[in-house]
Amino acid sequence: MSASAVLAAAGGNTPSIPAPHVEYGQLSPMLVVFGAAVAGVLVEAFVPRRLRRWTQVSLSLVALVGAFVAVVVLAAQGHGAPRIDLLAMESVALDGPALFLQGVILLVAVVTVLTYAERRLEPKAGGEPADAFAAQAAATPGGEQERAAVRAGFTTTEVFPLTMFAVGGMLLFPAANDLLTMFVALEVFSLPLYLLCALARRRRLLSQEAAVKYFLLGAFASAFFLFGTALLYGYAGSVKLVDIADIVSGKTMTTAAQLSSTRSDVLLLTGLAMLAVGLLFKVGAVPFHSWTPDVYQGAPTPVTGFMASATKVAAFGAFLRLFYVAFPGLRLDWRPVLWGVAILTMVVGAVLAVTQQDVKRLLAYSSIAHAGFILTGVIAVNKQGLSSVLFYLAAYSFVTLGAFAVVTLVRDSKGEATHLSSWAGLGRRSPLVAAVFALFLLAFAGIPLTSGFTGKFAVFQAAAAGGATPLVIVGVLSSAVAAFFYIRVIVLMFFSDPKPGGPTVAIPSAFTATAIGVGVLVTLGLGLLPQYFLDLASKASLFAY
Amino acid sequence: MNSLIPLLVAAPLAGSALLLLGGRAFDRFGHWLATALAALSFGFGLALFWDMLGRDGEHRAVTEHLFSWVPVNAFQADVSFRLDQLSMTFVLLITGVGTLIHLYSVGYMAHDERRRRFFAYLNLFLAAMLLLVLADNYLLLYFGWEGVGLASYLLIGFWQHKPSAATAAKKAFIVNRVGDMGLSIAIMLMFAEFGSFAFTPVFDSAHEASEGKLTAIGLMLLLAACGKSAQVPLQSWLGDAMEGPTPVSALIHAATMVTAGVYLITRSAAIFNLAPDARTAVVVVGAVTLLFGAIVGCAKDDIKKALAGSTMSQIGYMVLAAGLGPIGYVFAIMHLVTHGFFKAGLFLGAGSVMHGMDDEVNMRHYGGLRKHMPWTFATFGLGYLAIIGFPGLSGFFSKDRIIEAAFAEGGTEGWILGLCALVGAAVTAFYMTRVMLLTFFGEKRWQPDAEGNLPHPHEAPRTMVIPMVLLAVGSVFAGALFDINDSFLKWLEPVTGHSEGNSPLSSWTVTGLTTVCMLAGLGLAYVMYGRSPVPVVPPVGSPLTRAARRDLLQDDFNHAVLVRPGSALTATLVFFDSRGLDGFVNGLAAVIGGLSGRLRRVQNGFVRSYALSMFGGTLVLVASTLLMRSV
Repeated sequence: MSASAVLAAAGGNTPSIPAPHVEYGQLSPMLVVFGAAVAGVLVEAFVPRRLRRWTQVSLSLVALVGAFVAVVVLAAQGHGAPRIDLLAMESVALDGPALFLQGVILLVAVVTVLTYAERRLEPKAGGEPADAFAAQAAATPGGEQERAAVRAGFTTTEVFPLTMFAVGGMLLFPAANDLLTMFVALEVFSLPLYLLCALARRRRLLSQEAAVKYFLLGAFASAFFLFGTALLYGYAGSVKLVDIADIVSGKTMTTAAQLSSTRSDVLLLTGLAMLAVGLLFKVGAVPFHSWTPDVYQGAPTPVTGFMASATKVAAFGAFLRLFYVAFPGLRLDWRPVLWGVAILTMVVGAVLAVTQQDVKRLLAYSSIAHAGFILTGVIAVNKQGLSSVLFYLAAYSFVTLGAFAVVTLVRDSKGEATHLSSWAGLGRRSPLVAAVFALFLLAFAGIPLTSGFTGKFAVFQAAAAGGATPLVIVGVLSSAVAAFFYIRVIVLMFFSDPKPGGPTVAIPSAFTATAIGVGVLVTLGLGLLPQYFLDLASKASLFAY
Repeated sequence: MNSLIPLLVAAPLAGSALLLLGGRAFDRFGHWLATALAALSFGFGLALFWDMLGRDGEHRAVTEHLFSWVPVNAFQADVSFRLDQLSMTFVLLITGVGTLIHLYSVGYMAHDERRRRFFAYLNLFLAAMLLLVLADNYLLLYFGWEGVGLASYLLIGFWQHKPSAATAAKKAFIVNRVGDMGLSIAIMLMFAEFGSFAFTPVFDSAHEASEGKLTAIGLMLLLAACGKSAQVPLQSWLGDAMEGPTPVSALIHAATMVTAGVYLITRSAAIFNLAPDARTAVVVVGAVTLLFGAIVGCAKDDIKKALAGSTMSQIGYMVLAAGLGPIGYVFAIMHLVTHGFFKAGLFLGAGSVMHGMDDEVNMRHYGGLRKHMPWTFATFGLGYLAIIGFPGLSGFFSKDRIIEAAFAEGGTEGWILGLCALVGAAVTAFYMTRVMLLTFFGEKRWQPDAEGNLPHPHEAPRTMVIPMVLLAVGSVFAGALFDINDSFLKWLEPVTGHSEGNSPLSSWTVTGLTTVCMLAGLGLAYVMYGRSPVPVVPPVGSPLTRAARRDLLQDDFNHAVLVRPGSALTATLVFFDSRGLDGFVNGLAAVIGGLSGRLRRVQNGFVRSYALSMFGGTLVLVASTLLMRSV
């Protein structure tokens, strides 16, 4: 093709690709976050090092709060529920679940940025207060370059734009209305997380190992997701969730691709299973969970908290959309399989946690078990199941954030003291911190008057109403096993004698204190007065279809 | 006017809340506030009484609905009050005697550090007791019933630093639980049978229920009454309850709360009238208790425990009368009111003696106190004459009517009950004369305290004397006032109903016999304790005396029959729990722990293994999805 022909095509003489119509107002939460992420990269390039941290922290916080306000305004205007829109050429859905989960993710992100900004816990490095992240990410662990970087008081402020990119991807993930957008969102939030995992200031080798594992396995899972997308396109001739649903249910019988594949559902079912693998990996369900303990343990603790809460919210959001919008017609096929996954996840998560000796690994297995509990709500495939999962995600993510924030406080000379034996007698030395952690553990265990109870009750009720009573029984039994190891930590903290030379509890700055405070407030609030939020989740429980 | 009814309860309740929550700020004047609120409640009671007198007999009962308490479908419980002649009688007794005892306590508890708390509990008791008698359904009554139980527990154990007081409080509470269980079962049976537990629907449809069910309800109500009113077999707590401060013994464990059982039976007349077997059980309990209490009262050297035995015995009279049915209801309540006056007066007198004798309670260490405490002697003496049924005083009229009613039951039963009641009258005269002689007459047997000082008995302060005088006035005149023209009978008859039995003995014969019995008991006591010097160390005594000193072996009985088998049962259960259940649970935990240890090995840290497991998982997932379609 000659150059002139290209010019002619671009000149607009021929009817070319129509300019996409973009609803900026309704997309504003994501646009603000992505904008701030890009601006954050520019800050790294142009703002002097002294000012960088404060600029990044304030930029991130302002953007996140602004995006949250945009979500609230959209909801107040009636977007999401009762009004449902398809945006950006129908690639993004603005419906109740999307808006609800975006709100949750943004609040989680605000709290996360607060824990990133904490600089009082680490001893000073090079005369500068240090945060939880490596002084210089590219330096060899333990090498001369790293020591020089520490001495110079370098900090990796790139964590802020990286997190903002991840948050943007997470906002898009549960709202994505076609498989390609979903895949793009998946990669947009996954790649920054791989990097963030490698940035721990202490135990850098472990951190880097975690990042590599996460990256390799994440790439593996993404491949499955993408392959599933391809198979489904082969089956339906479209990547739009709604189109796939119509073809599955037999509403549309027009496309050639569909006609050719009616003879075999292998494409459809294999594609479905592969998409499920990609998402089950992200939520950490068995048997795709094996990365979770290693990565949670190695990653910087604030990042672990972020991953354990926000990633789960976003991934379950996409999971719900996929199975409630695209494949409700196939529920007879996928429900039994997910039953198996849910049972395995609950049981393996709870049983394996029993013998853990490291707080972060314990919380990792706990998060696996919780993924199983949430799956029981997903399997219900009714409005109640949807709203209960939304509520559970909101409740669970703040408990998780709070718990990991407490983990950052208990320290010894080597950094965080995560081995459980060093937590013995913590209740004697720091009753407040121990009591707060005990509250989070009780919420994980689902003890009444905490958000954990309300959430668990809601999903189990929905599952029972959806005809999955055996699943509920397994869930309750796993909860009983899980209660054992949560309570064991409480017993350890309050009824054991402190070890001499044990860890000390660092006094955090207002950042971490606020983060923990928000966790406590939400945990108690959703436990004591859940009705408003249950109603909100119930109101938001309608997908764009 | 009816809107005053809730205020009857609200005034002391507010006092209790203020004193408990107000803290130290109320330390200086809290006791006067509590007394004023009790008096205010009495004032409301008088106003309502005056208003009630303005209406004729059939229209005196009023109900006042306050709010819907538990509105659950068919289960409707309201906070609403019924003020009729029966509850009016109780309101005046409770608030009147209650106010006097508040006043007395101002003097009696003047030096107690926790005085504010004491008055808060007293006010709490008043509120709960008023709720009990004003409730117009059994559930609200139960609320008040438990409330007085709580107040009683708190006040018996008020001096909780004494282990004996703490134990006594616990004992009272536990024994009362047995009775409370009876009341709750009765309420459940009522709800099952009548679909309601409000008085009007239950009483109106009682005749539709089978006799068996009514008997069951009646027996459960009797169990409740036995617990609260210290009747055999649940009598064991009352003697120990004397560990509480004396005003408490006077108000709660003599004049008001312990009569709640009589109120319950009288209030449930509609049920008992239709259940003759239940009524028989009631009279048996009453007759046994009146003798039991009287015998125990004869042997006790502790002045308060002797009076406690007497209380038990006198309530036995009331229960006996209530069990007689329409012949006796009115007289049960009449005796209850007169007893409220003289027994409260006697207890206050005992408190005054203890006050003057450095808290000595052993009557063998008293003697010759009449000159040192003239007011106490006079008021105690009048109460004494009233309780033994000295002609013309309160107890004479009310007890006489009960004995008459017992004979009027007719047949062999009538004879047995009447004779029991007569013997009881003789024994009452005996033990009360003994108390009187040991305390106020004879030579001084005062014992020096640890530092060798003899007590200096003195008259109590005015705040204590005034209530004693007023109660003595009641002890003297109340009976005659009630008896003239059968005024009390006419007053209460519209609520309880009344029927004359056919007594084999004429009214005058019964009166004569009672007086003779009374004089016999009095004379015997005089011979034993008035004519010869009283030993300071009690003599060994006959086996009956020794048994009576140990409350007729009630605690040994309870220990052997209830405590020991109970402990054995508990031990057995613990054995099965630790060997069986715990073994299972621990085994399960070991299995899960072992499983966890095995599964952990899979988590080996190698990415290649993880990837392999993911790949395997994917294969299984895809295969099973496809399989689902083919099956």
